[in-house]
Amino acid sequence: MTTPGRGGAAPAPAVLDLEDLGLDRGGHLLVERALAGLAPGERLAVSGRAPELAVHLRAWCRNQGHTLVDHPAPGSISGDEPGPPPAAAVTNGDRVEAWIVRGTAADDRWRGAQRTGAADPVRPGAVAETAASTWGVAARGALVEAGSPAFPFPLDHRSMVWTDDAPRYYRQAAAAQWDPATAVPWETPVDLPAEVEAAVIQVMTYLVENEQAALAVPARFLGRVHPHFREVVQVLAVQIADEARHVEVFTRRATLKGAELGRSSAGGQASLLTLLEEPDFALAHFLLSVLGEGTFLALLSFIERHAPDPVTAAVARLALADEARHVAFGMAHLGAVVTSDPGQRARLAAAIHRRHDALASTVGLNADVVDALVVLAAGSFTPRAVAEGFTRVQALEAEMADGRRRRLTRLGFSPGEAGALSALHTRNFM
Amino acid sequence: MATDGVLVMGAVAYDPKVVTIWEGFKDWFAGKGLGFDYVLYSNYDALVEALVAGQLDVAWNSPLAWVRAERLSRSGGGAVRAVAMRDTDCDLTSVVVVRSDGPVTQVEDLRGRRVGVGAVDSPQATLIPLSHLRSMGLAAGVDFDVVGHEIGVGKHGDHVGGEREAARALLDGRVDAACMIDGNHLLFSHEGTLAPGSTRILTQTPTYDHCNFTVGASAPGPLVERFTGLLLSMSYDDPEVRPLLDLEGLKAWRPGRTSGYGALALAVEEQGVYDDAGGLVRLP
Ligand SMILES: [Fe+2]
Ligand SMILES: [Fe+2]
Repeated sequence: MTTPGRGGAAPAPAVLDLEDLGLDRGGHLLVERALAGLAPGERLAVSGRAPELAVHLRAWCRNQGHTLVDHPAPGSISGDEPGPPPAAAVTNGDRVEAWIVRGTAADDRWRGAQRTGAADPVRPGAVAETAASTWGVAARGALVEAGSPAFPFPLDHRSMVWTDDAPRYYRQAAAAQWDPATAVPWETPVDLPAEVEAAVIQVMTYLVENEQAALAVPARFLGRVHPHFREVVQVLAVQIADEARHVEVFTRRATLKGAELGRSSAGGQASLLTLLEEPDFALAHFLLSVLGEGTFLALLSFIERHAPDPVTAAVARLALADEARHVAFGMAHLGAVVTSDPGQRARLAAAIHRRHDALASTVGLNADVVDALVVLAAGSFTPRAVAEGFTRVQALEAEMADGRRRRLTRLGFSPGEAGALSALHTRNFM
Repeated sequence: MATDGVLVMGAVAYDPKVVTIWEGFKDWFAGKGLGFDYVLYSNYDALVEALVAGQLDVAWNSPLAWVRAERLSRSGGGAVRAVAMRDTDCDLTSVVVVRSDGPVTQVEDLRGRRVGVGAVDSPQATLIPLSHLRSMGLAAGVDFDVVGHEIGVGKHGDHVGGEREAARALLDGRVDAACMIDGNHLLFSHEGTLAPGSTRILTQTPTYDHCNFTVGASAPGPLVERFTGLLLSMSYDDPEVRPLLDLEGLKAWRPGRTSGYGALALAVEEQGVYDDAGGLVRLP
C-alpha cells in the first residue's frame, strides 16, 4: 500500500492494489491492514482483478461497518474528484476499483479495553495487586476487551498467592521432571527377608496415601488461583504432576514382588483429612508444604539412607528432590505472606492449633508405620538390629521436629513459639 | 396494547439465539426505563397478522413481512411505519452464481436450464433474484426451471440453510445456477462450501433493503418514540450493548427507511405472492 502525496483541498485516498487476490482467499487481511493506517472517515481506494471483488467488498464492508462510497470515473482511482453515482465499485476492463470509508467499529470494540500487566513478571507493574475477574483466562499482558465475562477465580489478590520466586521455582520444577519408567532401576533383583519386604510394603502404602493428600490439596486450589498469577498456577500444576509420579513409583515398589499392599489406619487418614479440609489457600499451603512436606524431607532422606534395596532407595531419593522444591516454594509463598503482613503469623499459629485440636480425639498416627520404619532401618529381626533401628527412628523424629522449628523460625516465629508449634504437629508426619 | 406502559414486540424464532437476543434487549431496555416485552412466532405471516390486528406494538419484520404488513394495513385504513433497521440491512444485493468451469457464461445461457433458489418465501435467495432474471428477459418456470430449497419456510429465508443447499446443489451439478445474498457468497467461500474460484457471479441485483422494526397503527406513540430513540443510541463501543449487536449482526441501528423495498414489491407482484390487500395468493 502507498499513500500518495496530498494535493488540492481534499486529501487523496490511500491506495491498495490487491492484484488478483480476492476477499474469498484472504484479501480482507490486506484491506484491514491498509484501513488500520487510516482514521475513521478517511478513504481507501482498493483495486484488483479478482472477478468477485466488487461483490465481496460490498458485503464485507457492510459487515465490518465500513462504507463503500461512490467512486470516481473508471480509471481515475487516484484522482481527487469524486465521480458520479451510482456505482460503489466499478469495473474498468478486468480491474475492479472501489473506495472504502473507514468505519469506527474496530475502534469501538477496543475502547475501554484493559492491558493486564505484562508477561514478564519482572517488568514494573507486570503483576497486579488485584486481578479483575473479567480478565478471565487471558494471558497476563494481553489486551482484554471490555465486557468480557467474569470468571470465578477467588484467589485474585497478589498478597494471597504471589511470590517473586514463583517463576524461578517453575523453571526448576519443569527442568527437574523425571520419567518413572527409566529413573528407577526396576530391573535390579530385590530379594529381602519376608518381614523386611513387608515393612517396605507398609511404608510404601503409607507414603501413597500421603502423596494422594499432597496431590489433592494443591489440586483443590489450582482452579481457584487467578491465571493472572501464571507462574503460581504453573508451579502448583507441576507439583501436582510430581505427586502423581510419587504415587506411581511408591505403588510400583510396594507391588514389586507381587504382594498385597499394607494397611491404612483410620488415625492416619483422619490426620490427612484435616489437611484437605483447610479452606484457606495460605493456611493449607502452610500446613501441607512447610510443616507436612517439610517433615517428609527428613522421612524420605531416612528411607533412602536405610533402604534395604536399591529400588526403595531410588524412589525415596527421587521423591525427596521434588519435595525439597515443594517445601522451598511453600516457604517462599508463606515468607511473602508474613513479610507483607506480620499479623498473618497469628493465623498460621492458629491453624496449627486448630488442626491439633481436631486430631486430639484421634490416634492421629498409623502405629504400623513407625514399627515398619524400625524394621526397615533394622534390616533384620535380631535384637541388636531392632535396637539399632529403634534408635534411628527416634533420631528421625527428633530431626523432623528440629526441621519444623527451623522453618517456623525462618518465618519469623520466636524460638519458643517455633518449638511449641512444632510439638503440636500431627504425629502422622504429613 | 396488552399491558399498560409496556411496548410489546413480536419476532420470528428462526433460531434458538433469538431468545437470548430479545432477553438481552429486554434487560437493557428495562435498565433505561422502558417497559419492553416480546412474543415469538414461528412464521412471519402470523407475526404480521398479529401486528395489523393490534395485538403487537412492533414487529421485527423481514422485508417480505413489511411488504405484506404495509398492504394489509393500507387496505384496513391503518398505517404501519418502519422506525429502525440494522446498518447491515441497507443496500444489500443478491447474486446468481454459476460453476466457473460450466457452460453458462451469460444470463441468456440459463435458458432451458435449472436455477437453484432458497426457500419459496426468501426475498434474497428466491423472490428478488427471480425478478432480476425476469428483468433481464428470462421468466422463471418459462425460460428456466426453478429448483427450490425449502428450509425454514414461513421464516422468509432468515435461515441460511436454503441458500447453502442451493450452493451445494450447484457444486453437485443438480442445478446450473444458484441464487444467494452477496455476503453469503463470501461466507460460503470462507467456510469451504464453495471452493475459491469454483464459482463465478453471473449477475448481481440492484441494491435493496432487508429487515425493519415495523410499528402498528395503534402502538402508543411515546413508547414507540422512546424505543426508537434508545435503539438509535445503542453504541458499539458500549461493552454492555456490543454483545447484543454482535448477536443480532449489526454495528449500529439506522432510522427506518422504506425506499429499499421496491424491488421486492415488484417481485411480489410478478410472482403473485400477495394480492394488493396483503391477502395470501400463493401459499408459501
Ligand atoms: Fe510427594
Ligand atoms: Fe509434595
